[in-house]
Amino acid sequence: MSWKLILEIAKALMLARIKQTLVAAIGVLFSISMFIALLGFMNGLNSLLDGMILNRTPHIRFYNEIKPNPNQPIELSPEFAADLHSIRSVKPSTSRLALHNSRAIIQQLEQDPRVLGVSPKLAAQVFFNVGTLDLSSNINGIDGFKETQLFGFEEYVIEGRVEDLNQLNTIILGKGVADRMMAKLGDVVQVTTAQGNRIQLKVVGVFQSGLGDFDKTNSYASLATVQKMLGQPASYLTDIQVKLHDFNQAPQLAKELGAIFELDADDIQTVNAQFETGSAVRNIISYAVGITLLVVAGFGIYNILNMMIYEKLDSIAILKAIGFSPKDVNRIFITIAILIGLVGSSLGLLVGYLLGLLIDHIPFETDALPTITTYPIDYNPKFYLIGGVFGLLTTYLAGFFPARKASSIDPVEIIRGK
Amino acid sequence: MTEKRVLEAKSISKYFYNASTTQVLDQVSIQVNRGEFVSIMGKSGCGKSTLLYILSTMDTDYEGQLWLDGTLITGKDSTYLSQLRNEKIGFVFQFHYLLNEFTVLENVMIPALKLAKHPRAEIADRAMEKLRIFDMQDHAHKKPNQLSGGQKQRVSIARALINDPLLIMGDEPTGNLDHKNSALVFDKFKELTQELGQTLLIVTHDQEFAKSTDRTIEMEDGKVV
Repeated sequence: MSWKLILEIAKALMLARIKQTLVAAIGVLFSISMFIALLGFMNGLNSLLDGMILNRTPHIRFYNEIKPNPNQPIELSPEFAADLHSIRSVKPSTSRLALHNSRAIIQQLEQDPRVLGVSPKLAAQVFFNVGTLDLSSNINGIDGFKETQLFGFEEYVIEGRVEDLNQLNTIILGKGVADRMMAKLGDVVQVTTAQGNRIQLKVVGVFQSGLGDFDKTNSYASLATVQKMLGQPASYLTDIQVKLHDFNQAPQLAKELGAIFELDADDIQTVNAQFETGSAVRNIISYAVGITLLVVAGFGIYNILNMMIYEKLDSIAILKAIGFSPKDVNRIFITIAILIGLVGSSLGLLVGYLLGLLIDHIPFETDALPTITTYPIDYNPKFYLIGGVFGLLTTYLAGFFPARKASSIDPVEIIRGK
Repeated sequence: MTEKRVLEAKSISKYFYNASTTQVLDQVSIQVNRGEFVSIMGKSGCGKSTLLYILSTMDTDYEGQLWLDGTLITGKDSTYLSQLRNEKIGFVFQFHYLLNEFTVLENVMIPALKLAKHPRAEIADRAMEKLRIFDMQDHAHKKPNQLSGGQKQRVSIARALINDPLLIMGDEPTGNLDHKNSALVFDKFKELTQELGQTLLIVTHDQEFAKSTDRTIEMEDGKVV
């Protein structure tokens, strides 16, 4: 059976009802384009919000937790070995926060093929002395280059430059901290450490992470500056932050490496489980809305085909009389449905893309997100693929039942009825 | 003998099941030979049209046997029957059943395009030739709804001829036409049998029409008289 003839007849039937056909195709176009725009927008926002936290969070963080010593003296006594030990009023031991043998650990981590990068950190509690006030704050000693490379630190520095941290005794203040102290670039601020050391630091930058609370209590300086402030040697670190190639491996690797290094290890999934859940729920909602739109468009096609069949009963009857088999008639109507779907879907994908571009250009400025100037859009090809496949699938299904009805029309009944 | 016999129906019976069972055809047996112009005549409701639709292979709900061109076709599947109708049977109905979406020429071409035995250009030539038989060549590129009733019916006969069918079946082909046009259609049928040896089987209730055919099968109450 020649497809050319089927196509020709399908085309003629569609042209005979061009208005309804167009309405049906526009229905598909509308739903597919909304589907694409919605998913693109939703996922753009998702990844923006997730990125705010997740991109800046190490996949695994190694540190020493403050906790009581698990090996209490009574455990060692053979006299009570068989007894149940109950110790009251246990206090955390004075074990140090600094990581033991940090240099070797970093070296080994960097050689691990699963690890993308390692960034050391030294957190210190300090007071900024402003006039008669002491503001408590954290100073994070970091390697500015690695922090930028792994966690995009540079993006959040809204004034000044990250490179200036390499000079000794410089600091990048959180936006909140800077506002409170009314400190500007080039100012010198005085810092007192918990141990009582005083030091003067020059402000070389201001950062804004988008999380207000964080910006109010955190500042960054170079590792060397913080080590000097605390009077500690160059190997003194409190955190090792690791970024992996595949962050899904984080929980397993955290367990494995934590045991080897005898350190506490937190993985990103455990720390930020709620973000994953939020994204998943938002995704489900946008898929549900998109697919609902498609189903509605499917009903449009179903209607137009049904109407076409009632109007063209005579034509279907004669086609059958002159030798078109039920299968051929079925193909004609399926072809109509698929054609409407194909035209509607492909235009819908295009319009969806254009809608995305449009949204992408709408200004969206917020203090919380200094790097964002317009609404974020995710142009993931996956959405286009899903949209296209679902578009064709619904139109096929919408055509399936009318086509089956057309193919089962008895020509004798129609022709004798005249 | 079988070579000459185009169509043979052996004791065909049919029932309508509508609340009660009614027998519409009772053991009808007929034969049509090659080149014959046969008419089936009878009063309205005698079952002649019902018989024709069984003979046309479109109605498969009957008892008995139907042979076409020496092959038993009772019990074949619908795809086979469609193919068979396309290739071997031409239809002319009371109503023309032309597709308004296509031109006159395309309407004539469709059965041949479906058969796909010849390339499109050749089919167009043949369709033109068939239209010429009915003096319709000048209207080839019009749409059917621009034609008069008589012209439409002539086009539908040309369509029935396009695949050079073994047999042309007609159900009251002149039923909707005025005297002048039905005479014209009848003359064309006559011409087809005499000049081209075309086999025709026409159902009619028009006595005059039936009289001028080679052979008339008369039916009454579901039986051949």
